[in-house]
Amino acid sequence: MSAKRNASRRDFLKQCFTGAAVLRASGSMGLLASAQQAASAKSRVVIARDDLLRGTGSTVDSRRMLGLLDRAMQTLCDRDHAVEAWSKLVRPGETVGLKVNALGGRGLSSNLQLIEAICERLQEAGIKAGDIVVWDRETDEMERAGFRIAMGGNGVQCFGTDRLDYEQELVTHGSVGSRLSRILTQRCNVLINLPVLKDHDGAGATIALKNMYGVIHNPNKYHPNGCDPYIADLNMLPEIRTRMRLTICDATTAQYEGGPAYKPEYSWRHNALIVSQDPVALDYTGWQIIERKRAEKGLKTLEAEGRAPHYIATAADAGHQLGTNDPGRITVAEV
Amino acid sequence: MCALASGAALGVGEFPAPLAAQPLLGGAQKQDDAQFTVEAKFYQKLDNKKIKCKLCPRECTVGDRERGYCGVNRGGTYYSLVHSRVCAAHVDPIEKKPLFHYLPGTVAFSLATAGCNVNCKFCQNWDISQSRPEQVPAEFTPPKRVAELAKQYGCRTIAYTYSEPVVFSEFLMDAADAGHNAGIRSIVVSNGYMQQESLKAAYGKMDAVKIDLKSFSESYYRDVVTGQLKPVLDSLVTLRKMDKWTEIVYLVVPTLNDDDAGFIGLARWIKTNLGLDVPLHFTQFHPEYLLKNLPITPVPTLERAKAIADAEGLHYVYIGNVPGHPAQNTYCPKCRKMLVERIGFTASQNLIRKDSCPFCQHPIPGVWHT
Repeated sequence: MSAKRNASRRDFLKQCFTGAAVLRASGSMGLLASAQQAASAKSRVVIARDDLLRGTGSTVDSRRMLGLLDRAMQTLCDRDHAVEAWSKLVRPGETVGLKVNALGGRGLSSNLQLIEAICERLQEAGIKAGDIVVWDRETDEMERAGFRIAMGGNGVQCFGTDRLDYEQELVTHGSVGSRLSRILTQRCNVLINLPVLKDHDGAGATIALKNMYGVIHNPNKYHPNGCDPYIADLNMLPEIRTRMRLTICDATTAQYEGGPAYKPEYSWRHNALIVSQDPVALDYTGWQIIERKRAEKGLKTLEAEGRAPHYIATAADAGHQLGTNDPGRITVAEV
Repeated sequence: MCALASGAALGVGEFPAPLAAQPLLGGAQKQDDAQFTVEAKFYQKLDNKKIKCKLCPRECTVGDRERGYCGVNRGGTYYSLVHSRVCAAHVDPIEKKPLFHYLPGTVAFSLATAGCNVNCKFCQNWDISQSRPEQVPAEFTPPKRVAELAKQYGCRTIAYTYSEPVVFSEFLMDAADAGHNAGIRSIVVSNGYMQQESLKAAYGKMDAVKIDLKSFSESYYRDVVTGQLKPVLDSLVTLRKMDKWTEIVYLVVPTLNDDDAGFIGLARWIKTNLGLDVPLHFTQFHPEYLLKNLPITPVPTLERAKAIADAEGLHYVYIGNVPGHPAQNTYCPKCRKMLVERIGFTASQNLIRKDSCPFCQHPIPGVWHT
């Protein structure tokens, strides 16, 4: 990984615009991508950290979270103000789905303060509150993770696919044949992916790409062989690709072993957000973070355990081109 | 291929027609998961709150709060989510399973829960077999109620079918016990993709078994079924040793498993390992699910498969899903006279007496009369 620790924002931006090749990443990279991919040789991954994110307590401070998110987004989008950054990603009138990950309960699900911060900035960028839907598979699971369910009215919507069901028709790509959440197909035309950085006993790591398992009715069918090539094939579905604009990975609390369920003994407070428009580059970067933590704890690498996340390479291969896993083509900025 | 979970649904209060091969419009009903949840019978606890499922050869290792192909692990205890969770129930002719040598002309109280341990690209019932239990409307139908309903509808048997009964083994075992207590037998329509221990325990309670042998090729099992051939063959041998009445269905899919070498290998394996008297049904494929690009199996292909199996010496080779075809009837392997005539799914005439041909007294294997 080409991590460039302590890089200044100016240095980072300089790096971003010095390449020649154009990355052929996902089908629709969104408004920002269309403007920047043409000039950028590399995929950008921003890691924003704040060691004081929780102050002296255990709860994430909302104001500091907003500041952390702003720092990440301004760096990613090369803007001095947060709303300007968001305005490059979304337009008024669009409906935005925030696909969270609530599997890990209160300990290891997409951070609530982060979601509040995103909703705040989306509204400032012109998205109506009622056009934002925070969602995952099951409403009960979301409630257990601390989400306050809201369906109807003018406020931000928050519920699981069980409330709207899945489409009746199958969609297929490669090894995958699934019914898609109607929240995805009927309630949002922009998708912002909000995974959690964590270990996965089968896939090795579950970050951005695998979070799309929460979009389909039959994820249990796609866990053999370390979820490969299923994860990559799933992310190729046009209904997902054309909506995906951004991934904001919640690494405020991350987990390096024993996932995907929450295991306090294997989690740590990383106090970070990892942001990118290239989900493959983000997953590769997140995987390296997990590996470093595993090494620090004296654990074997995921490869040595026979569960390296090979699906990341598949997502980058010629048959998928969902992004890059080549560290030489990933620019990581830590801010 | 599993019989289609459609047709004559029960028009009773518990199962308003048509019960639920198709999820209801407007989304799955909210269900109380607790009433359907029982600890699984076949699994092993591992470290870190993981479990290893021992039900089928897949042997899913399932982390805490995760699911395998079926079931869910909570804190190191593995649960079945489908006990008494009936999502399809019909009264079907037993010939629809198909079982041709077991109580012909009777009807079976046929039921299913959601779920399957493979993912056949040609599945007719994918909307229930490839869904999670909570995604399919279902009714709480405990074993005693199953037996009562079977009796109420004049069924001699309870048939576990449509999806894949392997995944609801706990329910199947309890329902079979309840049925036997009420004088109702149990039959299962299964892929046979099980571990030996679970097979013996669960299907040991069955009175007859129909196994879908989907191909005689490991690559087909891997690519089209998402399973393995070898454990299915092992299951057939074990069922034979257990003296369970067993019939085999082979769904002939154009271009994928319709080669002569496959038919020859299949027939010879049956002859060697199971004997000549096991009924073998070559059935016609219809485009479904993920194989909509292939045509219906031509009848001459089915006839060629039958001719090969006949030539290898198998005594009871049938052609299925082709209404009116003469190879749906049972003939005496000695004198060649017709003994059971079938029209569609109905046995219109059964001449077998005392388990023998009435013309030449040749014994005809099966369970012909109650």
